[in-house]
Amino acid sequence: MKLHEYQAKQVFADAGVPTPASTLADDVDGVVAAAEEIGYPVAIKAQVQVGGRGKAGGIKLVDDEDEAREAADAILGMDLKGYHVDRVLVEEAVDFTDELYVGVTMDRGAGKPVAMVSTKGGVDIEAVAEETPEAIATEHIDPAFGMHPYQARKAVYDAGVDAALARDVSSVLTTLYRLWDDKDGADAEINPLMVTSDGDVIAADAVMNIDEDALFRQPELAEMEDEAASGDALEQKADEYNFDYVRLEGNTGIIGNGAGLVMTTLDLVDYYGGEPANFLDVGGGAKAERIANALDMVFSDENVDSVVFNIFGGITRGDEVAKGINEALGQFEEIPKPVVVRLAGTNWEEGMEILNEDLVTVEETLEEAVKRAVEYAEAEQ
Amino acid sequence: MSVLVDDDTRVVVQGITGGEGKFHAGQMLEYGTNVVAGAVPGKGGQEVHGVPVYDTVNEAVEEEDADASVVFVPPAFAGDAMFEALDTDLDLIVAITEGVPTQDMARVKRRLEETDTHLIGPNCPGLITPGEAKLGILPGNIFASGDVGLVSRSGTLTYQVVDNLTKRGIGQTTAIGIGGDPIIGTSFIDALELFENDPDTKAIAMCGEIGGEDEEQAAAYIDEHVETPVAGFIAGRTAPPGKRMGHAGAIVSGSGTGTAESKIDALNDAGVPVGDTPEEVADHIESFL
Repeated sequence: MKLHEYQAKQVFADAGVPTPASTLADDVDGVVAAAEEIGYPVAIKAQVQVGGRGKAGGIKLVDDEDEAREAADAILGMDLKGYHVDRVLVEEAVDFTDELYVGVTMDRGAGKPVAMVSTKGGVDIEAVAEETPEAIATEHIDPAFGMHPYQARKAVYDAGVDAALARDVSSVLTTLYRLWDDKDGADAEINPLMVTSDGDVIAADAVMNIDEDALFRQPELAEMEDEAASGDALEQKADEYNFDYVRLEGNTGIIGNGAGLVMTTLDLVDYYGGEPANFLDVGGGAKAERIANALDMVFSDENVDSVVFNIFGGITRGDEVAKGINEALGQFEEIPKPVVVRLAGTNWEEGMEILNEDLVTVEETLEEAVKRAVEYAEAEQ
Repeated sequence: MSVLVDDDTRVVVQGITGGEGKFHAGQMLEYGTNVVAGAVPGKGGQEVHGVPVYDTVNEAVEEEDADASVVFVPPAFAGDAMFEALDTDLDLIVAITEGVPTQDMARVKRRLEETDTHLIGPNCPGLITPGEAKLGILPGNIFASGDVGLVSRSGTLTYQVVDNLTKRGIGQTTAIGIGGDPIIGTSFIDALELFENDPDTKAIAMCGEIGGEDEEQAAAYIDEHVETPVAGFIAGRTAPPGKRMGHAGAIVSGSGTGTAESKIDALNDAGVPVGDTPEEVADHIESFL
């Protein structure tokens, strides 16, 4: 789960990280009032969870009320990389001389947290990591002990941060690690950590992503979860049904059980010349109702011209799947789009007996089922 | 022969009184696994499917001589359950639980390094030595005893590939589902090493997916250390960057690491053929035998 910038900044500020004065606003007058309060110049920043907001026109620096109105009018309501902007953060413009980067994430290869510092802040840090990895100082943390103070200092020295700033930057990194650890962070980042002309450091942006699997023990953060955070209406619907769903560009709808097998089904659609419309994993042990919901989900995508339903039952039972398919398709006078079904594994024979073959096309193997669905999708074009 | 489990393995089921634990303990017993005990705090003295339940894993080890555990404990308590198991003399822990917080797993992994215990999972289907024992939730009837070692990050994809093999009359020594989480106990490399040292494993099938760099590291390991022929499969060729495909670990990051292409290239460079379809994986395996 991703926090918005304004939420992450609040979390950081509460822990003592210096942040610029800022106010959230959702209309033009609110922006102007906030700007007057803070004092010009201010930055007006779209609160959507995508990278590269500045380049896409989602961040503007303004010097007076006219400019503030114009910018607020342009940003509020805009479509930013598929996300509707309905809130902006109005923030004190910081007079800076340098931009640093500090971050904490889980290094999955090492199985350990890693703290990072760089003097190349203010740009896409993944690009820095790719092109000049030596520009990022990294320090692995033993999860049994947490970050020792010397490790924060070491990362700061290794990054070549100006000696006069070392103490302040170490302190920010220490706080960031503590927050990451306490709040079940996946990533915590300040980019840029600005160095002001007075020689102070201040967090001009804030990223905090929380491990979804740990939200049960982070109730305050779970409350910050924004139902509208996902830009796509179908992905929101998938959230309601609690499906792992990703919308893609193609026209062959895909439903299956288990992430690896569903991905494989997508790959086979592509391999046999089709284009996958989505990834939809019903998970383990799905009952009839969930199967029916999955079909409803995929039929809601107007790009879909055919559907391949591939279930290899372990804890999912073929008879439940067949019941769900009959139930979902039985409601229609006419089936909206052709559905190809392949059942294997637990109770597949029982499933085949129940399945109403007037409603669907049955194939025995994964490969045949995918080929057939791709043919149907092409025929519908 | 087999790796990690056989018909002598004595299993304690952690969480045997819960819905999943009870059902799958029954399925494991039916398959012929020696399930000798359950461990659930506060449920000591009960019986499930005729198997005695103890309050602690340690009691189950002392009283019933258990040497392996299967964890069906809910995610909030699964880390603790793994720590409890790691503080005994168990040789093997299989954590089925899906949704264990990543930071819990970092601590478990840290503790694991201090022990000689193997941990499989979490978020995995478990492992099976066909005809001898299964520890986990795999459907036993699709497996057959034979010469192929199988290691996979995904549950149902494992079943698909096994089905392709078994239908051709190609059986398995042991099949291991290592799980789809970012931090797991047993990596591809650990499993490959076990299969390489098993004289009965004549070929290895390895099923990976997008995300992380485990497959690339496994490829380098195969190049240096594995004589047994390996065939691979990588799921997620069509996955767009930045979108998590179900498994917590299955995500191609913005900078392009963890892509199917990089994994397939690495495996090919190590002399490992990668099938475009599960059926092609079976073709490669058949050609090795």
